[in-house]
Amino acid sequence: MQPTDIRDPDYFHKVVDCQWACPAHTPVPEYIRLISARRYADAYMINWKSNVFPGVLGRTCDRPCEPACRRGRVDEEPVAICRLKRVAADYKGDVSSRMPPKPAARNGRRIALVGAGPASLTVARDLAPLGYELTLFDGDRRGGGMIRSQIPKFRLPEEVIDEEVGYILDLGIETRFGTRVDSLKGLLAEGFDAVFVGSGAPRGRDLDLPGRQEASENIHIGIDWLASVSFGHVEKIGRRVIVLGGGNTAMDCCRSSRRLGGEDVKVVVRSGFDEMKASPWEKQDALNEDIPILNYLVPKEFLHEDGRLVGMMFEKVAARIDADGRRHLEATGEPDVRIDADDVLIAVGQQNSFPWIERDIGLEFDRSGMPIVSEVTHRSTRENVFFGGDAAFGPKNIIWAVAHGHQAAISIHKLCEGEDVEARPPPMVTLTSQKMGIHEWSYDNDVSNDLRFRVPHQDKAIALRDIRSEVELGYDDALAFKEAQRCLNCDIQTVFTDKLCIECDACVDICPVDCISFVDNGPEAELRQRLTAPAHNLTQALYVSNALKTGRVMAKDEDVCLHCGLCAERCPTGAWDMQGTLIDMAQAGTEKVLACSRH
Amino acid sequence: MSFLPKPRMHHPDLHTNALGLTRRDYEGAISTLCAGCGHDSISAAIVRACFELDIEPHRVAKLSGIGCTSKTPTYFLGASHGFNSVHGRMPSVLTGANLANHDLIYLGVSGDGDSASIGFGQFAHSIRRGVNMTYIVENNGVYGLTKGQFSATSDKGAKSKRGVVNSDEAIDMVSIALQLGATFVARSFSGDKVQLVPLIQAALRHKGAAFIDCISPCVAFNNHDGSTKSYDYVREHNSAMNYLDVITGRDEIVVDYAPGTTEIVTQHDGSTLQLRKLSQDYDVHDRVAAIAFLAERHAAGDIPTGLIYVDPEADDLHGYLHTSPTPLNALTDSELCPGSAALEKLNASLR
Ligand SMILES: Cc1cc2nc3c(=O)[nH]c(=O)nc-3n(C[C@H](O)[C@H](O)[C@H](O)COP(=O)(O)OP(=O)(O)OC[C@H]3O[C@@H](n4cnc5c(N)ncnc54)[C@H](O)[C@@H]3O)c2cc1C
Ligand SMILES: Cc1ncc(C[n+]2csc(CCOP(=O)(O)OP(=O)(O)O)c2C)c(N)n1
Ligand code: SF4
Ligand code: SF4
Ligand code: SF4
Ligand SMILES: [Mg+2]
Repeated sequence: MQPTDIRDPDYFHKVVDCQWACPAHTPVPEYIRLISARRYADAYMINWKSNVFPGVLGRTCDRPCEPACRRGRVDEEPVAICRLKRVAADYKGDVSSRMPPKPAARNGRRIALVGAGPASLTVARDLAPLGYELTLFDGDRRGGGMIRSQIPKFRLPEEVIDEEVGYILDLGIETRFGTRVDSLKGLLAEGFDAVFVGSGAPRGRDLDLPGRQEASENIHIGIDWLASVSFGHVEKIGRRVIVLGGGNTAMDCCRSSRRLGGEDVKVVVRSGFDEMKASPWEKQDALNEDIPILNYLVPKEFLHEDGRLVGMMFEKVAARIDADGRRHLEATGEPDVRIDADDVLIAVGQQNSFPWIERDIGLEFDRSGMPIVSEVTHRSTRENVFFGGDAAFGPKNIIWAVAHGHQAAISIHKLCEGEDVEARPPPMVTLTSQKMGIHEWSYDNDVSNDLRFRVPHQDKAIALRDIRSEVELGYDDALAFKEAQRCLNCDIQTVFTDKLCIECDACVDICPVDCISFVDNGPEAELRQRLTAPAHNLTQALYVSNALKTGRVMAKDEDVCLHCGLCAERCPTGAWDMQGTLIDMAQAGTEKVLACSRH
Repeated sequence: MSFLPKPRMHHPDLHTNALGLTRRDYEGAISTLCAGCGHDSISAAIVRACFELDIEPHRVAKLSGIGCTSKTPTYFLGASHGFNSVHGRMPSVLTGANLANHDLIYLGVSGDGDSASIGFGQFAHSIRRGVNMTYIVENNGVYGLTKGQFSATSDKGAKSKRGVVNSDEAIDMVSIALQLGATFVARSFSGDKVQLVPLIQAALRHKGAAFIDCISPCVAFNNHDGSTKSYDYVREHNSAMNYLDVITGRDEIVVDYAPGTTEIVTQHDGSTLQLRKLSQDYDVHDRVAAIAFLAERHAAGDIPTGLIYVDPEADDLHGYLHTSPTPLNALTDSELCPGSAALEKLNASLR
């Protein structure tokens, strides 16, 4: 193998599994250490810079970081990265003075943002301090997009949305709330330098089955119904409710129903339990609220009597593996199942729709009706129109909307500065030795043996009585500290200097997880088999040195390193050092700031 | 030197042995020796050897004297019996313990200071009596613990860290052990676990006095230019004569080396040593030739390592003394005091 090039900014970034997996590349271990130090406001601001909505995301994020977390590979469960983010938000105190000021002067560039969801708000947050004049349109009366209209208040209290949307609007943004944009052509004619489309995926899929029309009074599209609940237009539902669908929207529908009079609420899903799209924790929360999830039932018919819905018929299916190994559902031939109900909520998927975008303005759509958008620059085929969030590539989640927003802001800024939009700014990576003494590091290298701590929940009876009563109460200060201690500090890197190594084996002997080997070099696939512990996880890199004095190389499997620093403590020559990596992703305008600070 | 305990977390694929234990279960407290000390590597080799041999930790007694070396039993086999004796007295304490209970596996760990100076006589007598034990000298050529004075194994002409040249002749522990009748003799290097681990395994399975001289660089006081026990010097002059594979009942013997390069040695307890020879004409069963060979190689400036001598049919102290098959410490009052009639008979036989 070729020696590893640790100057490649991605090399050590990938070792920080959580940060690499986070679409916005939040410096997770850095904020977790600040939580351990009870520096909540500092932890909050690190998050705010990267992901813009720490209080919202600390309660609702899809948390792709957690399945990636290294702790999950050496312990039963990953660090509760998401809920620690909430801790930073809960205990930060007043951070208004840390927010960027309204810019003193404008730069004369006007940008329109369609939709006030997390994608547009992120663009606004990144561009406002640079002096842009931003106009934010939304058909709704308040900002937040689906964060406000869809996510039930028992998961995300209104005050948290108000606060974090407020920090952005306070940067001096012109809002045109209650104004639906019905023509992109018209908007462009108003002379904006660029338009960002963050209009989401606003249409819920319907089910065209017998009885749909006749019983329509008591059949509701999930996301429309949730919006009506959020805005207070719906306050009740029938006693017996069927929720169709296995995603997170279905979970929000059933749990909301339980709080609005639904006593007998069932979720009915075509697929098996494990194949459901909902996150495991969302399913668990529904089960905890006595909502059965019935699998392998395909909806067949809405039953109605005298123009009123009385129930539904379902066909029983089973999963079969066909000849070419694909899974599919097959009717079992058993009798159909009837479930009685007073109301049905359909939560079987979400779609994009762009009726307000003309097809003759140089903005191309593909065959499925989606705009053609670059995944890197977020630019459409029209030079000054950009897409992000659910509007760009179909429904995803908040943190992806934020990540898109950052990238689109970079593109818009480059466009307005006359720079090449395709040339993307690299991240800033700094490495700093953590050594303070022979066995003293400036980070806490003791590895906690604790299992993941549960977040305390509101008493169920109280929670089900009021749809605004938040179910999760959040970690208190002491639990937060203990959970934060579970983090393995993956951003404190093991850095090897081959010239200093005397091949004494001290690091090999001390490493608790057998990461390090001194071996003859060879092709990667073969080398991986010959290590102290064979390196089977191909998604994790091998760190390979130049040839040492004996002709062998040092090969370290990054997979399960605990970043405990013992290799560096036991190294007599300092060939191993623990170095903190700060990976600062570029945002709009940071290149300029860097260029200036270098002069 | 770390103040923190080694994390309990381990590699998810960590194997268990026939007893259901992992290698980590054979570790001890975290070492307080200098970072990079060869002794820590030897501890790691002992851990591996015992894990791979499926040895029950409570069946091992580890004994030592005084010195950095002699501190190491704290850092391996945390669940075994241990005794830290006064300086140079490990061999007699071990001999006594072995006499009282021959059911345990005895592992003596000592330094070149502990065994070649103050304990030289003790070392000699335990070997010549054939005490059933594994005796490892972790040889760094200095008194590490007392800050690096030359020890009796330091080569004549070797330079101390401060530039003083050693004018005394060195004691070669391996040659002495051969002369004194050790029935298993080996030399190895802390930096070569591929060689060292099987040698420790073979010694642990050997019946009789097994002696291993393991060169173990002292990074604090004897790892400089001019030292003949530094990592660099030993790597340069190490001439490995053979490598071993130890095969116990569970594994199949597969010999896939060119004829003449491999020798199979079956020990008393049935374990098999598969010897991969690098020096073709060297005979591991010829004690006299071994002594001459060592003297020759030493004169040529080489450090020969590997299995130097083995007598697979050796007996031990208990055999020579015809002690009872039941360990002495397990004999009951009725066996120890068979009564006045038996005493009378014994007295009569001596009249
Ligand atoms: C029930 C439900 C629960 C969810 N729960 C979570 C969760 O827990 N965690 C998570 O990460 N994600 C969740 N999501 C997904 C998440 O809400 C979205 O992915 C995210 O809000 C998308 O952000 P966005 O900025 O692209 O657009 P959106 O948040 O969808 O905002 C788009 C906004 O644009 C406005 N708009 C649309 N067209 C126009 C127009 N022509 N003119 C003016 N305004 C317009 C809309 O009114 C809306 O306010 C959930 C989604 C649903 C449906
Ligand atoms: C009776 C007695 N004499 C002298 C000493 C001082 N002393 C302590 S350790 C040591 C030498 C240890 O050398 P060695 O056995 O080679 O161990 P190392 O530290 O080199 O591993 C000496 C002389 C002592 N502790 N007790
Ligand atoms: S242990 Fe900490 S730093 Fe490592 S992946 Fe998990 S949260 Fe991130
Ligand atoms: S920091 Fe060093 S000793 Fe600790 S787990 Fe990683 S490689 Fe092993
Ligand atoms: S002084 Fe020498 S022998 Fe003692 S611990 Fe340090 S390196 Fe090892
Ligand atoms: Mg010594």
